[in-house]
Amino acid sequence: MAAQIFSAIFVIIVGVGGCVAYFWGANKLVDLIFPSRGVAGAAAIDNLRRQGLVRPWLFVGPAMIILTIYLIYPVVETLRLSFLDRSGINFVGLANYEWAFGDREFRNSILNNIIWLAVVPAACTFLGLIIAVLTDKIWWGTIAKSLIFLPLAISFVGASVIWKFIYEYRGEGQTQIGILNAIIQHFGGQPQVWISLPFWNNFFLMIILIWIQTGFAMVILSSALRGIPEETLEAAVIDGANPFQIFWKIMVPQIWGTIAVVWTTITILVLKVFDIVLTMTNGQWNSQVLANLMFDWMFRGGGDFGRGATIAIIIMIAVIPIMVWNIRQANKETGGH
Amino acid sequence: MAVATGNSFASRFGVHIAVLVFVAIWTIPTLGILVSSLRDKNQIIASGWWNSFASSTQTEAGRLPPASTQVEKDGKFVLEGNIFGDGAKRDISAFGVKSAAPTQYPAGTSADLGDGVALQLNADGSFVMQSPKAFEGDRGQRVYYASSAPPKFTTDNYRTVLFSEGIGRSFMNSLTVTIPATVIPILIAAFAAYALAWMRFPGRALLIAVIIGLLVVPLQMSLIPLLKLYNGVGAFFGMPSKTYLGIWLAHTGFGLPFAIYLLRSYIAGLPREIMESARIDGASDFEIFVKIVLPLSFPVLASFAIFQFLWVWNDLLVAMVFLGTEADQIVLTAKLNALLGSRGGDWEILTTSAFVTIIVPLIVFFSLQRYFVRGLLAGSVKGG
Repeated sequence: MAAQIFSAIFVIIVGVGGCVAYFWGANKLVDLIFPSRGVAGAAAIDNLRRQGLVRPWLFVGPAMIILTIYLIYPVVETLRLSFLDRSGINFVGLANYEWAFGDREFRNSILNNIIWLAVVPAACTFLGLIIAVLTDKIWWGTIAKSLIFLPLAISFVGASVIWKFIYEYRGEGQTQIGILNAIIQHFGGQPQVWISLPFWNNFFLMIILIWIQTGFAMVILSSALRGIPEETLEAAVIDGANPFQIFWKIMVPQIWGTIAVVWTTITILVLKVFDIVLTMTNGQWNSQVLANLMFDWMFRGGGDFGRGATIAIIIMIAVIPIMVWNIRQANKETGGH
Repeated sequence: MAVATGNSFASRFGVHIAVLVFVAIWTIPTLGILVSSLRDKNQIIASGWWNSFASSTQTEAGRLPPASTQVEKDGKFVLEGNIFGDGAKRDISAFGVKSAAPTQYPAGTSADLGDGVALQLNADGSFVMQSPKAFEGDRGQRVYYASSAPPKFTTDNYRTVLFSEGIGRSFMNSLTVTIPATVIPILIAAFAAYALAWMRFPGRALLIAVIIGLLVVPLQMSLIPLLKLYNGVGAFFGMPSKTYLGIWLAHTGFGLPFAIYLLRSYIAGLPREIMESARIDGASDFEIFVKIVLPLSFPVLASFAIFQFLWVWNDLLVAMVFLGTEADQIVLTAKLNALLGSRGGDWEILTTSAFVTIIVPLIVFFSLQRYFVRGLLAGSVKGG
């Protein structure tokens, strides 16, 4: 273990030192090859221009290399693998895609993902907005927001344990140690094994993600609400609008852009949701989702890279509209810069 | 935002109550595992954690002493003593002699066990068993009883998970993964962000678009090709394919788009005059970056560092693909996931382990919340 700590410290030093040495050294090298000081005027201007051509690439170079290896190449390679068989050698055309849409588990995952997509972003945004508005009106709002924000720091696995404990089931009549069944038994209801109730168990898993992500929505929306000009609210009050009208007709329309950002961010997160399903049910009892199914196929029976890649591509296809929208928004904002 | 309407006492009261309800729903789950992790392991399964300050009732089994300790009194054979040999103070409410009916007789009453044998067990644990015939056998009568024990809090669970369940080791592994994976991307991203914000070169707009596009590429797209690549590289050099170096680089790669995006938007917002006056004074881009941009960007660097730290610490997927599951490599999240499988019902282990895994993020979060929120607001494209 001491060796492990030592090697981690060593890596930090080598990594950071290496970065500094690269940037500093490359910069010096450019100055040496294309000197701009101590040479005749025309040559100096020429060399300055050449420096200007080379230097940006030295700065973005390392990042581009890493991005290419870790993200750009894999995207292309995954697309290619989705047309190959399980070992990634023989071309099988669209066989993996045909398999996917005929596979019961895959169709179940798609259906569940659609439910997740319909419920989680909407619930997080809605709850986040309500809490943001309410906490703005009270003196201890900051503390309240902090506490609701807190689950965002907790890992999905940790959150799964926390909620598994809430959903814990004991036979009817026994002392329930899961708070949900305890409440239900207290009011005379029948305790349930929540995470293995087909169909409804999806919602019990979604609650975990909603619990984590509402704080995110709340913080972003709360700051957007602060940006609403006072005059619009005052004018509405003078015109006799009630709080609900002010909320729906004055506040919400002014923060549509932010709502869209929150919604799409959580949508992407939902498409990638993996940890919660793996730890809670591992896809049993009809609770499978695409990301967990993909992980499963990566290793199932020695691993089927073709099918795994196919599922990854299908997740990617769902993300592309948001990607395009993001790039267009960013282009609009930075258009002049 | 002073909305004047709806400020009547009733509606203000309603707002307080509503927020209180939200706060309760959002904090009770975490409170549950914190309280449970500090409880005695027998009490965790005997009563809900919300009752942990009340005495808990649990059903236990004991054995009366063997026949050799009997005395003869008034023509009857008698066994006497206290079922709590250890002198622990507990209150017995009921007892029984069959496992199917462990609480058949209220404490203090005499139970007829047939053949004239009678057993009386009192609330304090003392018992008297009488029989017209001599008792036989080396093994005493089995007795079941429901007793209530006073609340008991302990740090034993933490000692157990840290030192004998391997959580302590995993904690070190998580730190080993997280710290380099947080530090390495910062400098690489900062240089790229500066170039993309303040240097003019062909293809810059395209690069920015690519990075924004990569922000949302699901991790799932990278897993299989990188797994193949790592296996190939490992086989080529005759090394294992699952190494810390591999996961440091993977987290660096996955964190870079967000890092560059976040830093670029901040660095691009720095005042143009500062850069230009430095340039007129003859400073090169490198000097401008090191002496002006880097110090001014401290808040955003801190934001990114917190994000990356939380993201790497909390990651399960990347760790499961690129690291092994042996004790020297398994990180906290993967260990917790493994415990869910192997120690499914042992809530004292699970709640304590879960709390150990979330304590570091919670500390980071509470001490640096300001930077965290700032990063969140600046880069809400990726979001956690």
